[in-house]
Amino acid sequence: MAGAGGGGNDVQWCFSQVKGAIDDDVAEADIISTVEFNHSGELLATGDKGGRVVIFQQELESKNQPQCRGEYNVYSTFQSHEPEFDYLKSLEIEEKINKIRWLPQKNAAQFLLSTNDKTIKLWKISERDKRPEGYNLKEEDGRYRDPTTVTTLRVPVFHPMDLMVEASPRRVFANAHTYHINSISVNSDCETYLSADDLRINLWNLEITDHSFNIVDIKPANMEELTEVITAAEFHPNQCNTFVYSSSKGTIRLCDMRVSALCDQHSKLFEEPEDPSNRSFFSEIISSISDVKFSHSGRYMMTRDYLTVKIWDLNMESRPVETYQVHEYLRSKLCSLYENDCIFDKFECCWNGNDSVVMTGSYNNFFRMFDRGYRQDVTLEASRESSKPRSVLKPRKVCTGGKRKKDEISVDSLDFNKKILHTAWHPQDNIIAVATTNNLYIFQDKL
Amino acid sequence: MSSENLSDTPMEYEDEKQDSQEKNANLVKGEEVKLKAKYPGLGQKPGGSDFLMKRLQKGQKYFDSGDYNMAKAKMKNKQLPVAGPDKNLVTGDHIPTPQDLPQRRSSLVTSKLAG
Repeated sequence: MAGAGGGGNDVQWCFSQVKGAIDDDVAEADIISTVEFNHSGELLATGDKGGRVVIFQQELESKNQPQCRGEYNVYSTFQSHEPEFDYLKSLEIEEKINKIRWLPQKNAAQFLLSTNDKTIKLWKISERDKRPEGYNLKEEDGRYRDPTTVTTLRVPVFHPMDLMVEASPRRVFANAHTYHINSISVNSDCETYLSADDLRINLWNLEITDHSFNIVDIKPANMEELTEVITAAEFHPNQCNTFVYSSSKGTIRLCDMRVSALCDQHSKLFEEPEDPSNRSFFSEIISSISDVKFSHSGRYMMTRDYLTVKIWDLNMESRPVETYQVHEYLRSKLCSLYENDCIFDKFECCWNGNDSVVMTGSYNNFFRMFDRGYRQDVTLEASRESSKPRSVLKPRKVCTGGKRKKDEISVDSLDFNKKILHTAWHPQDNIIAVATTNNLYIFQDKL
Repeated sequence: MSSENLSDTPMEYEDEKQDSQEKNANLVKGEEVKLKAKYPGLGQKPGGSDFLMKRLQKGQKYFDSGDYNMAKAKMKNKQLPVAGPDKNLVTGDHIPTPQDLPQRRSSLVTSKLAG
């Protein structure tokens, strides 16, 4: 097929940068657990299993090299969450950052929400590039001057200093979740956000940390009757009263907060009817939705289950409008994927800026892009081998049958430990961030 | 394209789609048979309560301070039973001690992504 697909017939993806250690011995703490661009795309945040956040900033495009987009360099890094042990419940609380969500920028500072299993924190990232000097009562090193020795007065003046980027926790939203938080989503009203765990969804005001409102509760009176859990939730991008949540049974519920305080009754239920002849032991597990994302337009939403990506039109609940096979060849491997727990891997998905292409990860450090308009798809690989600056990525192909063509890889040779669960697409440009286990790859289209 | 070709294509496509769906169903059924052969006692509720409960209880350790203090009081003069090879499993007489819990230390090292 012409070009490498993704974003039109002629988009070719090139390697730009890779962050992280090269060695194969990966420390648990270095496992990347979330990747997110901010609203302008200038900042790129990652969270890891060690509770740390690293933020990269895109350099301004240099006039000397108009062909290149700016590189992403480290802007700030901080420890967001620490491990805790809940002695009352005998529960270990991991410091792993499950999700990061940026707030739209309102002033000079940047704000993001980061969450682990139990606690959400609002972080302020601000720049300091000036320092006041010339105090009357303080020496430059901070020691206080004896007021009796002061004979003249001066006005302190701001002097430039080396840029310092400071991250400080402004709010801590704790103790509102009995179960493990899987999602956070900032409302378009920029005042509230939701947090979702396996059984409940809470609504918070960004200013208020000592209480939150429960808006969805699917916990059954008798836990023996538990049949499904909440897997992801997101606010609509422009309707502040609307949100969706997905379940482990493959359904998505859309709720309208104007209808009632407790949104246990959905306004819409999106579910694709299953062909009963296809039913198997694996059906429910592979239909569990691992991610749900609204399109930028708000007209569509995308869901990811184990084998497919589905696009839903919010106006049609009966079935998705598009279904894309991510790695259908895994159907013949479900038994071993169940045994090694890979069948429970939670892949995320994302839209490009104009909602024409969607992307998701797979195994063997492969990731897939589906162009909705041109009906093309491509498989690319994030690897050190194809990491020469500006080298064009070659499409990859997995072969299922007996005859393996040159350059194809057989299903049995796939490395299931190399999984790409987290990917992010720049809000405007064709720049993507792809996280392998402990490395962050940045690819750009060839200009 | 002649109109004949056009009318053929949708039918063929439907047949092919049917075939590939059947093939998929057979592949998956084959995998299910394999799994049931390996684990004959596999739950009646596929992907149901057992797996959900396990998911909800992720991170559960079994240190119970009440048990620990009671046992300490009872066994003032005796040696506390040492943890078995699998420290995460609490069985019978084993009194878990704080030492059995893995060290929880925060990552003081800067992320390698920032290096």
